[in-house]
Amino acid sequence: MRQSREILRMTGIRKRFPGVTALDGVDFRMFPGEVHALMGENGAGKSTLIKVLTGVEGVDAGSVELAGATVAFGGPDQAQRAGISTVYQEVNLCPNLSVAENIFIGREPRRLGRIQWSWMRQRAAELLARLDLRLDVSAELGTQSIAVQQMVAIARALDVSARVLVLDEPTSSLDAKEVEQLMAVLRALRADGMAILFVSHFIDQVFAIADRMTVLRNGKLVGEYVTAEITPVRLVTKMIGKELAALDELEVSERSRADADRPVLVAADGLTRSSGIEPFSMTIRRGEVVGLAGLLGSGRTELARLLFGADHADGGTLDVDGQRVHLRSPRAAMRQHIGFCSENRKTEGLIAELTIRENIALAVQAGRGWTRPVSRRRQVELATRYIEALDIRPADPEAVVGTLSGGNQQKVLLARWLATEPRLLILDEPTRGIDIGAKAEIQRLVATLAEDGMAVLFISAELEEVLRLSHHVAVLRDRRVVAQLANDGLTLEEIMSTIADGGRP
Amino acid sequence: MTALSVRVRSYRPQRRHLPVLGALAVLVGAYGFGAVRYPAFGSGQVVLDIFIDHAFLLVVAVGATFVILTGGIDLSVGSVAALSTMASADLLQHRGWPAYAVIPMVLVLGAALGCAMGLVIHHFEIQPFIVTLAGMFLARGLCYTISTESISITDDTYTTMAQTPIPLGAGLHVSPSVVIALVVVAIAGHVLHFTRFGRTVYAVGGSERSALLMGLTVARTKVAVYTISGLCSALGGVLMAFYTLSADPLGAVGMELDAIAAVVIGGTILTGGSGYVLGTVLGVLVLGIIQTLITFDGTLSSWWTRIVIGALLFVFIALQRLIARRSR
Amino acid sequence: MTGHRLFWPAAALVALLLGNLVVSPRFFAIEIRDGHLYGNLIDILRNGSPLILIAVGMTLVVATRGIDLSVGAVVAVSGAVACVQLGSATVLVAVAMALGLCLVLGAWNGWLVAGLKIQPIVATLILMVAGRGLAQLITGGQIVTVSSGPFLAIAGGYLLTLPLSFLIAMAVYALTSLVVRRSALGLLLESVGGNPEASRLSGLRSGRLVWLCYVFSGLCAGIAGLIISSNVTGADGNNAGLWMELDAILAVVIGGTQLTGGRFSLGGTVIGALLIQTLTTTVYALGIPSQETLLFKAIVVTAVCLAQSPAFRAKLVKRRRRNESTTAPTEPAKVEVSP
Repeated sequence: MRQSREILRMTGIRKRFPGVTALDGVDFRMFPGEVHALMGENGAGKSTLIKVLTGVEGVDAGSVELAGATVAFGGPDQAQRAGISTVYQEVNLCPNLSVAENIFIGREPRRLGRIQWSWMRQRAAELLARLDLRLDVSAELGTQSIAVQQMVAIARALDVSARVLVLDEPTSSLDAKEVEQLMAVLRALRADGMAILFVSHFIDQVFAIADRMTVLRNGKLVGEYVTAEITPVRLVTKMIGKELAALDELEVSERSRADADRPVLVAADGLTRSSGIEPFSMTIRRGEVVGLAGLLGSGRTELARLLFGADHADGGTLDVDGQRVHLRSPRAAMRQHIGFCSENRKTEGLIAELTIRENIALAVQAGRGWTRPVSRRRQVELATRYIEALDIRPADPEAVVGTLSGGNQQKVLLARWLATEPRLLILDEPTRGIDIGAKAEIQRLVATLAEDGMAVLFISAELEEVLRLSHHVAVLRDRRVVAQLANDGLTLEEIMSTIADGGRP
Repeated sequence: MTALSVRVRSYRPQRRHLPVLGALAVLVGAYGFGAVRYPAFGSGQVVLDIFIDHAFLLVVAVGATFVILTGGIDLSVGSVAALSTMASADLLQHRGWPAYAVIPMVLVLGAALGCAMGLVIHHFEIQPFIVTLAGMFLARGLCYTISTESISITDDTYTTMAQTPIPLGAGLHVSPSVVIALVVVAIAGHVLHFTRFGRTVYAVGGSERSALLMGLTVARTKVAVYTISGLCSALGGVLMAFYTLSADPLGAVGMELDAIAAVVIGGTILTGGSGYVLGTVLGVLVLGIIQTLITFDGTLSSWWTRIVIGALLFVFIALQRLIARRSR
Repeated sequence: MTGHRLFWPAAALVALLLGNLVVSPRFFAIEIRDGHLYGNLIDILRNGSPLILIAVGMTLVVATRGIDLSVGAVVAVSGAVACVQLGSATVLVAVAMALGLCLVLGAWNGWLVAGLKIQPIVATLILMVAGRGLAQLITGGQIVTVSSGPFLAIAGGYLLTLPLSFLIAMAVYALTSLVVRRSALGLLLESVGGNPEASRLSGLRSGRLVWLCYVFSGLCAGIAGLIISSNVTGADGNNAGLWMELDAILAVVIGGTQLTGGRFSLGGTVIGALLIQTLTTTVYALGIPSQETLLFKAIVVTAVCLAQSPAFRAKLVKRRRRNESTTAPTEPAKVEVSP
C-alpha cells in the first residue's frame, strides 16, 4: 500500500517505574498515510508507550526517531511542536474556557500580540463543521456533553497536528453515529498522508480502520501485523495467549429460563427524573439478570442511579420486596440491600490512597455508621476472601489501590459491593477499559451470582455482553425505556433495530 | 431608536458575569443608602476618596487576582508590601539613595520574592498555602530586621506624590497613586483577556492537568503569577509609602485578608479559572464604601467594619453557591 | 525507616532540641521547684499546649479536605466571653459559656461547609474576618483582666508536677486518638477526604461527619482560648490567638497530613506543634533577637516541608545519582534490579 519511509521509529524502548517494568525493549514504527493500532491488555504498556512518544515521560533506554532525526521530548509542548498531537481517553480540556478557546489555546491567532477573538470564533466554527458539529463556540466547554467535548478535543488535535495523530481510546464515550463520524474523519486524514496511532479495546473498530497493528503484552513486544493478514481470533490469542474457548463456554452454558414465578424483588412504576429519564416501569426478579441496552446518552446510568438513590426521583414509585420505599440516598438503598458499582471507578468508586482492605470494607462500614466499627481482623478476612475469589493482583490487602491496574481496580470495587451481600447488584459498565481475560472473569461472576439468587442489573455498551448474560433486556433510547425484551433467542439485530425504531408500534 | 431597544432586549447576562454584576449591585446599593442617609455622602469626592485611600490595596488585590485565577493563593502579599515600604524607607532615609533608584529596586525585590515562591511551589510541588505562608513569615521577619520601629519618609519625590492632587474639574481630585493603580488594572485586564499568557492563567485554573497535556507552558505561567503578585505587592508598598509617608514593620498586617476578600466579593472563585479584574476593583470599592459608611455614622466602633465585611462575604459566597447550583 | 511519614518531623524536632543542647548545655536541665517540674523543656510543653489543641482540631478538619481559618478568632472570642463572665459568675459557668459559644461557632462553620456546601477556605474566612469584631463587641473594645484563682490555674497551675495546660492538651489528644481509631471514624474521615463522591456512593452520609469535625475544631479552639487568656490574665480581642491558625495548619502539614485530605496523623500533628513551639523557645534560648523569630521560623518550616516533599527528594536523588555515575563508571546501572 504505502511503502514510503517511516515517519516514526521507536527502538528498544525501556521504561521502569518503582516496582514494575512498564516497557521492556519495545520497537514501534509508523508510516505516513496509515492508521496503526496499538493493542494489548491492561498492563501491556500501551499508555506508557504513548506517554513516552508524546513527551509526558522520558525513557530509561532506547531511541525515538521522527522523520529520521533522533528526538527526546522534554514535555508535551515539545512533542506538539514537533508535530505529534494527542487526544486522550479522558477529555483533557479546560471546562471553564469556551469551546473556541479550547481549540486554540496556546496558539491563539494574534495581531501585534493581541488575541483576535472574532477570527478565532469563526475558525473554530469552521473546524467543528468539518466534524459535522454545529454549536455556539462561545459557550463554556463544561456545559457541553462528554461526547461533544471529545469532538472538540479531536478538532483541536486535528488543527494542531502536522504529522502524527495519537488517539488514546477516543471512542469510549461516543455513540455509534459519532464513532462513524470519527472514522470518516480519520479516513480523510489518512488519505492526506497523516500517520495515525489508534488505541482501542473495540476490536471491531480496530479492524474497520487500522492498516497495521502492534501487539504488546506485559511490557514486551509480541509482534507487528498487517490487518489484512490477521483475523480477530488470532489477534486476541496474541493479546492474551489463551484460547477463546473460555469465552464461548459462557454462551453455550445453561442459562436458566426466565421464570415468571420467581419472586419480584424490585418493582418500579412510573419512576422518573426530569432531564434524566422519562417515567419507566420495570420489575427485577430474584436471580434474574436484567440488561440495559442503548446508545450513549440514552439514560441507562440515570435509570440505575434512581434505583440506587444516588439521584432523587421526581415522580413515580419504587417497591422493594413488596414494600414501598423512597430512596433518598445511597445509604437508604443499601439498607434495602441494593449495591451500585459506578462506571467511573476513579471518580465515583475507589479511594485511591486507601488500601485494598479499606476500600473493600468501606461500604459495609458506611452502612454501620461510625460508632460500630468492623474489626481489623474481619476487614482482613473480607479482603483476603475477595482477593482470592476475584484474583486481584497484587494479592496484598495492604496494597494501595491507586497503584493497581484498571482491571484490578474494577475487581476491588466489585468486591466492595459483594461484601455487602446485596439482593440487587447494579453494575454500570463493569468491563469498560478492561482486558479480555478480566472481562471474561467478571462476566462469569455475574452469571454465577444470578444462579445463586442475586438479582443483577447489568449495563454495558457492548451489546454482545448484554445479550450473553441477561434474562431480560430493557432497551433505552433518548432517555426513555422503549421496550423490554425477554432473552428467548434474542439477537443483536433485534436489539439494534429496536433502538433504531424507538419501540414497537 | 429601534436598534437600541433591540439591543437592550436581547441582553441576557451570561452566567459567569453574574457575580460581578452582583458586586456592582451591592456597590450601587451601598452608595445609594449612604447618599440618602448622610447628605455629605452624595458628593462625588466621597467615591474618589475611596479610590485614594485604597489605591495600594487595589494594586495588591490585582496581583492576588492573578494567583487566585490559577487556583493558588498568596498569603504573603501584606508582608511583602510592608517589606517594600520598610526597604524603601531604609534606603531613602538611612542610606541616602535617590527615589528613582529605590523604587525600581524594591519592585525587583518583590518580584524576586514572588518568583522564588512560585519556583518552590511548582518544582517541589508544595502547596501554595504553605509556601506563601513561609514567605509571609520571611518577609515580615525581614521587616523586623531592617527596623523595629517606624521610619518617617521625608524624600521630596515621595512627599510630592503624597501631596499633589490631580484635579479632575468640578472641584474633584484624585492622587497620583490612583492613576497608577488604574493603569495597573488596565494592564492586568488587557493581559488577562488579550494575551496568550493571560488565557493560560485561566486554563491552568480550570484544569492544570489538561493545560499540561495540551502543551501549555504551565510551569512558566505558575511561576509568573506569583512573580506578578510579588511585584504588585511591592508596588502596593510603594503606594502605601506615598500615602502614609512612613514605614512601619507592623504595616499591612492583615492586608492579605482584605485582598482575598476583595477578590472573592468581586466574583472570582477561589478554586480558580473564573473571574475578572473588574470584579476585584468592585470588591475593593465595596470594602472601601463600608468603611466610609461606618466612619460617616460616627457612632459605630471600628470593629463593626470587620463584622459587616464578614456578613457581606457570607452573602456573596452564598449567592455564588446558589448561582452555581441553579445552573447545574 | 526514612519512608515512615513521621520520620522527618520527628527527626527535625530531635535535631532542633539537640541543637539547643549544644548551644546551652543546661537546656535539658529539669529541676523540681515549688513541687513541680521546671525547665526549658517544660516551658515548651506548657506554652505549646494551645497550639497542640488547635492543631488536633484542625487535623480532623483537614482530613475531610477542609480547613478552618477561624480558629484564631474563636480563641479570641472564647477568652472574651470567659473573662467578661468571670466578673459576675463562677469559673465553671464562665468556662461553660465560653465553650458553648465556641461550639455554636464551630457549628456555624460546619453548616456553611456541610449544609450550604461552601468551600471551607471561603466559609471559615467569614468567621476569621468577623470573629475578632465579635470578640471586640463582647469586651466592649477594652482589654478585660481577671484575677480569679481557679481560672488562672488553667494556664499557670500544675498537676502531678506537670503543667495543667499540657495535661489538658494531652487528654484531648489521647481521647481524640482513641475515638478516631477505636470507632470507624478514622476510616470514614479518610474516605470522605480521599474521595467525597465515591464515599457518598458507598453509603457514607458525609454531611454529619464533616459538620462534627468543625464543631470539634471550634471546641478545641475554645479550650485553647481559655488557656491563652488565663495565661495573659485577660482577654485581648485583637491579639489573642493572632495568626495561630497558620501555625496550626503548619503543624498539621509538618506532621504528615496533606491539605488535600485523606490520610491523617494526630501523632504527627502533635510533633509538628511541638516543633513549632520549640522553634520559638529556641529563638529565645539562643538569644536570637526576637525580630528574627519569624525569619528563623520561616527557614526551618521551609526546610521541613522541602524534606517532606517527594518531588524535592526525587530531584535530590537524581542529582546524586548523576554525580555518582560520573565518578564511578564501572557500576552505571546499579538501580536496575531484575524482577
